[in-house]
Amino acid sequence: MTTLRAGERYRRRIFRKSMFVAGTFAALAIAVCSDIAIGPGWYSPLEVLTALVSPESVEPKLAIIVWDVRLPVAVMAVLVGAMLGVAGAQMQTILHNPLADPFTLGISSAASFGAALAIALGIGLLPTGGSFFITANAFVFALATSLVLFLFTRMRGVTIETFVLVGIALFFTFNALLAFIQYQSSEAQLQQIVFWMMGSLARATWTKIGICALLLALVVPLAWARNSMMTALTMGDERAASLGVPVARLRLEMLTSISLLAATATAFVGTIGFVGLVGPHIARMLVGEDQRYFLPVSASAGAIILSAASTLSKGITPGVIYPIGIITALVGVPFFLSLILSIRKETWR
Amino acid sequence: MSLEISGLGFAYRTHRLFDRLDAPSLQRGELTALVGPNGVGKSSLFRLVAGLLNPSCGRIYLDGCDISGMSDRHRAERIFLLTQHTAMRATLCVFDVVLLAKRGWSGGKTTGDDIACVEQALEELGIDHLSDRLVTELSGGQQQLVALCQALVRNPDVLLLDEPTSALDLRRQLEVMSIVQRVTRERGIVTIAALHDLGLACRFADRFLLLYEGQIAADGQPQEVLGAEVTSDAYGVRLAIEETSNGAMMVHADLA
Repeated sequence: MTTLRAGERYRRRIFRKSMFVAGTFAALAIAVCSDIAIGPGWYSPLEVLTALVSPESVEPKLAIIVWDVRLPVAVMAVLVGAMLGVAGAQMQTILHNPLADPFTLGISSAASFGAALAIALGIGLLPTGGSFFITANAFVFALATSLVLFLFTRMRGVTIETFVLVGIALFFTFNALLAFIQYQSSEAQLQQIVFWMMGSLARATWTKIGICALLLALVVPLAWARNSMMTALTMGDERAASLGVPVARLRLEMLTSISLLAATATAFVGTIGFVGLVGPHIARMLVGEDQRYFLPVSASAGAIILSAASTLSKGITPGVIYPIGIITALVGVPFFLSLILSIRKETWR
Repeated sequence: MSLEISGLGFAYRTHRLFDRLDAPSLQRGELTALVGPNGVGKSSLFRLVAGLLNPSCGRIYLDGCDISGMSDRHRAERIFLLTQHTAMRATLCVFDVVLLAKRGWSGGKTTGDDIACVEQALEELGIDHLSDRLVTELSGGQQQLVALCQALVRNPDVLLLDEPTSALDLRRQLEVMSIVQRVTRERGIVTIAALHDLGLACRFADRFLLLYEGQIAADGQPQEVLGAEVTSDAYGVRLAIEETSNGAMMVHADLA
């Protein structure tokens, strides 16, 4: 048996990775289909398909269920999963830490605090009323947190470690403030805050879907244009810099896009943990950290997890749809533990 | 055609490292060893030349052009710094890492020439059998060879090597230094290597620069610099050079 030369082996590896990317997208398609097909009401897949293709030909109730309930939830699951997957992959890359996720730097607790402020005290920072009142407040607080972190990166001699420590300090600060509000609020408000934080796709609307899709359409091309720089960054700051990568600017750009993605996702569907952590991990195991493959696989892995969790949230107890935040954590924790035990030591540290 | 440093100043906060450091012009095709005791600023000087740090004053000229006027990308194409050995933690294969150095981050499609060039460099350093392994799985010495491979495919005008042989076994040290020497001459590039092994440096370098107390304290032929009193003072040892029977240089050091 002749051994192939290194270049040929590289070409084959690249082909295999492209197949993995295609494979995860196919798996995502299956997950989305089952998410749409399954739900309270127990219609057959054929009926659901008919309702999707020609809503006029089926009974109005089914058309409403499919188009106004199931489809927005399924699409939102995919978009939010992809947003968290991309944000997690970028966060792990810029912090050189595979245990980071989009919420590592306190963005989610800031959003929760903003939401609680709106729910309990009726304080909103943006002049929006109605359905976007809570969402806008959560978004503003999440972005303000990122802004504080930005200003911090401008300071001289700030290392990644101190940066993460400041993020953790912000996390605890907002958690304490949140507890303070919870202690003060009435029972009804408390319930609303807790439900908000659990994370739910039931709040999905076509407007929110449009905003998420627009954001992804802005962020993904930037991430794609920067993919070789980001791959270089995984080798370490100095090695990347000696290849001419403007490390500080790249980190700031990526932090901006992570903040927008994480803030939007949290504001719309609440805190959904583990997706942003586990998605990139699966991608790293399958295709490594070459961003051309790492990024799409992280996104689709995140989307698959959230789609599966969304399906499961409808299937556990007939007639009850559990908040997806509960399900992802329940699915996520054992999965994460099995990953840690099965994965080779070097890849996650 | 040369690299020149004039009036370079740099300080880490309050710790002044260089105060108006001048380095005479380093010629193409010349392998220069940068020597000096620990903490004297060899790595910092490399970072300044590579543009990873900004000097507080002074200029660095490459072929008469001030490098501070170059864009990051342009400078990185002409000057490559092989940083001091630290473990790579990226989940990337050896081939991908070297290809990344070859292609830079300009985007576009990988050509057959790029792949052939990486393949050749891996073979030259004898690590083509490792090309599918993750860099995290490699030993320290193997990682150092991968880093050197990056330098070879990068094909810069100035090659800065910070302790390129620190993790290598004896045979590899000799192999790597002869490759560096040959590449320096064949491609006519300016190579500066920071080396702690003075014997190895003496054997391969055309020229020695001694960095001590923020200045280039000695400059010249290896024997000249090693024989100078200031070198013994810098290291705090008594140095003696002796020619062995096969013409190589032996460097003896005794505590002063």
